[in-house]
Amino acid sequence: MKLLAALVSATFLTIASLPAMAQAPNTLRVGLQEDPDVLDPHKARTFVGRIVFMGLCDRLLDITPDLKLVPRLATEWSFSPDGLTLTMKLRSDAKFHDGEPFNAEAAKANLERARTLPDSLRKSELASVDSVEAVDATTLVLKLKRPDATLLAQLTDRAGMMLAPKSLSGDVGAKPICSGPYKFVERVQNDRIVLEKFKEHWEAANYQFDRVLYRSIPDTTVRLANLRAGELDMLERLAPTDVPGARGDKSLKIASTSNLGYQGITINTSNGEAASQPMGKDKRVRQALSLAIDRKVLSQVVFEGLYEPMIQPFNPGNPYLSADFPVPARDVAKAKALLKAAGAEKVSAELFVTNNPVDAQLGQVIQAMAQEAGIDIQIKSSEFASQLRDQQQGKFQMSRIGWSGRIDPDGNIHQFVTTKGNQNDGRYSNPEVDKLLDQARTAYDVAERKKLYDAAQAILQDELPIVYLYNQTVFFALRSSIDGFVINPDGMIRLAGLKKK
Amino acid sequence: MLTLIGRRVLIAIPTLFLVSLFVFALQRALPGDPFLVIAGEERDPEVIARLREIYRMDDPIVVQFFAWLGQVVQGDFGRSLRTGEPVLGLILQKLPVTIQLATASILVAVAIGVPAGIIAARNKGTALDYSASALALSGLSIPNFWLGIMLILLVSVELKLLPASGYEPIFTNPIGAIERLIMPAFVLGGGLAAFLMRHTRAAMLEVLQSDYVRTARAKGLDEDAVVNRHALRNALIPIITLSTLLFGELLAGAVLTEQVFTIPGFGKLIIDAVFNRDYGVVQGVVLCTAIGFILMNLLADLLYILVNPRLRDGQ
Repeated sequence: MKLLAALVSATFLTIASLPAMAQAPNTLRVGLQEDPDVLDPHKARTFVGRIVFMGLCDRLLDITPDLKLVPRLATEWSFSPDGLTLTMKLRSDAKFHDGEPFNAEAAKANLERARTLPDSLRKSELASVDSVEAVDATTLVLKLKRPDATLLAQLTDRAGMMLAPKSLSGDVGAKPICSGPYKFVERVQNDRIVLEKFKEHWEAANYQFDRVLYRSIPDTTVRLANLRAGELDMLERLAPTDVPGARGDKSLKIASTSNLGYQGITINTSNGEAASQPMGKDKRVRQALSLAIDRKVLSQVVFEGLYEPMIQPFNPGNPYLSADFPVPARDVAKAKALLKAAGAEKVSAELFVTNNPVDAQLGQVIQAMAQEAGIDIQIKSSEFASQLRDQQQGKFQMSRIGWSGRIDPDGNIHQFVTTKGNQNDGRYSNPEVDKLLDQARTAYDVAERKKLYDAAQAILQDELPIVYLYNQTVFFALRSSIDGFVINPDGMIRLAGLKKK
Repeated sequence: MLTLIGRRVLIAIPTLFLVSLFVFALQRALPGDPFLVIAGEERDPEVIARLREIYRMDDPIVVQFFAWLGQVVQGDFGRSLRTGEPVLGLILQKLPVTIQLATASILVAVAIGVPAGIIAARNKGTALDYSASALALSGLSIPNFWLGIMLILLVSVELKLLPASGYEPIFTNPIGAIERLIMPAFVLGGGLAAFLMRHTRAAMLEVLQSDYVRTARAKGLDEDAVVNRHALRNALIPIITLSTLLFGELLAGAVLTEQVFTIPGFGKLIIDAVFNRDYGVVQGVVLCTAIGFILMNLLADLLYILVNPRLRDGQ
């Protein structure tokens, strides 16, 4: 009986103390749309993984909301006059989570790993780098094979993230040791990633939360329900359809910005047999399609009018956006005339969409609009993995697909429309476009580069290998008690300055 | 008893082999290239080629299958294509989660389904019987996904009574675990309760009409004694078997429920794995599920023998 009483009271005490234990003090709980992939910046590929890396791993540079480069681990940088040498000054007060100091040798080891590891996904981002030298503890020199205007932007992301040199030979993804403001605690796949404040970080005073808990909740309704129930402090990628509801909830606030990427329809112009049809062969048919689509209505019907209509691969507010190409008004008569000029009153084409409700609706709205101009669209839907493969193998006429975007304009255009581009699935090819876009890669001056992009766009807007539709506005929802969130078009969550009221 | 177990284990080996072969072939027949997804947005051809090499994707499928089988026999289930984590580790991480959910759901199902079935059978043809049947029918017809979201919106968002989702291990945080289990167990167990209710009712009705029950009644036993002491025991035999086999149903149902309540269990693991074409994980999960089914069948048989003494002599 005594034993029983002891057991009961022990159990009672344990249970009573649990709520206190369960509520770790000062934790920021973030809802993510997906579960990140491997937590090794050199092998990682998901958008959502980059969000977690923001807290975990410091980068050489960072960007501001208006896409200006700012110092992080590198304090200053300059190119040699011939553009072939990049010299960077590094911080001397940064440390890795294992206590080792950060220096030029460590940076060199990281860049070398990113460049040479057989399954590194950062190779193409650092392709222009010929060699890396650590001149002294705080001076890093990158020798380039060719001038590369995109390189600095790459160093603001995973290619510029620094792992502890001693950890490089181990299983990095299982327990990443970086130099960021938060260190890795644990990960339960498909569920959570927990980070804990790194008190020795050079900027530790700017980070108010002791812990950050990332939870992956793919269903947008459920993610929002968790935020409203107080289980989360903030979430990324709120669905446009949930925005009005969330705006009406006083316990929440919404933050939004334009996304760096684009959303559009990739057209197969010369990849295999599927390209041999009017949509692929004749630019006038593509122009007719573009004119038949009312991008404003599209946004209103599918996205509550919250997405900005666009016809360029750059986001609103981007310095490379050209004023020469405003979004055209819908013009069915002109579209019909173009079809007639192309030798047909009626044209039919297949459009691939991913099998989710939003894409299905998008496809149907486009189908209805195109129909009025005489373009008969058949919608084919499959899940993303199949769509991607068919698209790459040229088994498509048109494919509705988007791109998450890059800071540097090159990342949003070059690989999609140049002849040898990795993602040029429609195999569009125009030597003039190739020349202009290759040249733009080597120009360090913004004004000079913009001229080159404008010239390339003038051709692309006429030939339309990609019909751009809209810019995907990024929405974050936060509990109103969370302050200091600085939104950025890269869609990342920067933890500096975030605090709970 | 031991012979029965031994015989079952022997039959299990070819079954598992066939299941693995079937799933292996089926997966490869699916459209879509995992490496296109895995290689990331940039889709560097060099990286894709390298990944294909690492995962031996260019070997003939038969070679791939036997290479995999050879590994599995040695206890190595390979690595996840997506995260690089060992598949066995992932499975061992998710298994307790789903077992916890499944156990709670079975408890809910039995606690509601069996008494409701008995009550319905004892009151056959009355309003009570009809309303129990109507309730059971709605329990079977309401989709898990919808019920789950409705419950979250009502209980968590509006009333703020229970956490909306997530998982806590029962041994480290019992209160948190139970709070988080109530809604998913109700959603998942509710459908099964309806199923159990209908079967209990049918079994009870059959037993209540049998000769020995009639004899018991004729001896002048009161109805409660007839039902509880004589009829129930026999009626429960098929129900026990059924409950064990329901674990299989639960695994299938858990896929959606885990998705709604973001419980990091087996169901979520397999959904993500299928969508990402994460071959190793799908294969590992299917194999473990097949082993689970075989074990549950065995357990059902053993329980059957334990409850029904007449079968013991036959062994």
